[in-house]
Amino acid sequence: MQFKELIAQETNNICEQLSSYEDRHTPFKELFLTKDTINFGPIKLLDRASIAMRAVVLFLTVLTIYFFSTLDYQSIDVLKGFTDTFVNFKTMFLNPYAQRFTLGEAFYNVVVTLGLAFLTTLIGGIVALLLGLLAAQNLAPKQVTNLIKGFVAIIRAVPTILWVLIFAVAAGLGSAAAIIGMSFHSISYLTKAYSESFEDLDRSVIEALMASGANWWQIVFQAVIPSSVTYLLSWTFLRFEINFANAVAMGAAAGAGGIGFDLFMAGGFYFDLREVGFITYLIIAIAIALEVFSTNIKGKLQKSI
Amino acid sequence: MRDDIFTKRRNDSFVFFLALLILSVGSIVITEYDVIKGFTSITKAVVWGGSNFYPDAESLRILPEILPKLQETVLMSIAATTVAAVLALVLSLAGSQTTRINRIFSIVSRGIASLFRNIPIVAWAMVLMISFSQSPLTGYLALFFGSLGFLTRAFMETIDEVGNNSIEALQATGASYFHIIFQAVLPASMPQMISWLLYMIETNIRDATLVGVLTGTGIGFSFDLYYKRFDYHAASLVVLLIVITVIVIELVSNNIRRVIL
Repeated sequence: MQFKELIAQETNNICEQLSSYEDRHTPFKELFLTKDTINFGPIKLLDRASIAMRAVVLFLTVLTIYFFSTLDYQSIDVLKGFTDTFVNFKTMFLNPYAQRFTLGEAFYNVVVTLGLAFLTTLIGGIVALLLGLLAAQNLAPKQVTNLIKGFVAIIRAVPTILWVLIFAVAAGLGSAAAIIGMSFHSISYLTKAYSESFEDLDRSVIEALMASGANWWQIVFQAVIPSSVTYLLSWTFLRFEINFANAVAMGAAAGAGGIGFDLFMAGGFYFDLREVGFITYLIIAIAIALEVFSTNIKGKLQKSI
Repeated sequence: MRDDIFTKRRNDSFVFFLALLILSVGSIVITEYDVIKGFTSITKAVVWGGSNFYPDAESLRILPEILPKLQETVLMSIAATTVAAVLALVLSLAGSQTTRINRIFSIVSRGIASLFRNIPIVAWAMVLMISFSQSPLTGYLALFFGSLGFLTRAFMETIDEVGNNSIEALQATGASYFHIIFQAVLPASMPQMISWLLYMIETNIRDATLVGVLTGTGIGFSFDLYYKRFDYHAASLVVLLIVITVIVIELVSNNIRRVIL
């Protein structure tokens, strides 16, 4: 740090000297180095990027301090809260036990949650494939890509839970509203991921196919999709993992059923921490299994192509 | 030989689509998903949304009520992210292949990251609500634990990407561990880390809504309240405010990213 500052100071001194010299010899101004033209190679001075980074860090720190200073500490006993939480975590993680359902029922509900995640990913994937093609800059005109990208950004700005609850008014609380509502974020996420994978395709390939008289659909099915299928599948698996976590949350917050609903009942209704612990362990196990599975698939796909 | 490749490819895609079909039917049966109802609900929702789900003049009266809630939620998300980032930085330095002190530290911090990342946010919310009830601290801590897991993993990968070269060069000059961290590792990985931090803030604002619905705090609670009272004009105003907030934060982050990356 000191070394860096020293260099910065020296640079400033030199620049000042140069500029004072410059002022006296205005005709030669262009010949002299100024602050902007001196380049020390790898040693970075306080440039725009580092000023911006410092500003961001400072701003976020100030907001964090402001949050803690305005927090209402009167209504709750913070210290007691933390000790209680610690005791609760201990019960949850060290004494997991399920008494309201059997292991079989728990697994059945996990499969329901996996089913919700699968259908969401499937619907999201199919719609996103189409939108992704239209959002790829090498396949669609600029106006269309901008339109799709704006549409997708707005979809993403509404939290998943709100999509689900909005659809629940039309379809009633249940799996239909949850699947359709959760599909929105999947569509948005996968459209972005797919279109970026499509854009990786070399322009010359498309031009060659166009020159040989292939139409848009032929280009898409013979060149674009085959060459990016590995990426498409690995992004889709990744989304499936995210959707599993979402399906747990929607089961709890929007009555979509599955293991998430059990978790909500155990925690918010029966206050049974041992059961919460049991369900949490089950969900962690599934999530880690999915992660290992998707890493393996990714490895295999990359090897085969 | 040519035929073989095409037959193999056709067989592969046949197996793939068959598996997809079986899994879809299985999922539809087990989740009791009504396919027709699902898709018709989209048009129904659009029609209903057009006629009911928009903020009207009357709903604007709730603005003074929900703006402080929105502010609280945004600040909560930011505070959860920054505090989690500080801890995640320590954990990721201990866990990364290039900067770890020894194997045991690395395994422990990777384990913590993986555990925290995979515990569902619902579980955090439920447990914290029992001890903190409807205080903003419930939401704050639920977001904090989730962010800690994610950011540790993201930071660890960022540090790994920075690579060994500059570290080895500094080691050769006899620099101490902390010199290496502060002079080589952190400056090189800072832009990417800040980019992750900004991403986490966006995600946390969306997740805060979910936690709010579950635990009765912040903007999520406001939405839930109006939604359950069938006051859809007010509920739509809440949605609109969330959308504007998220988009503004996204635009600001994108501009910051353009400068620092």
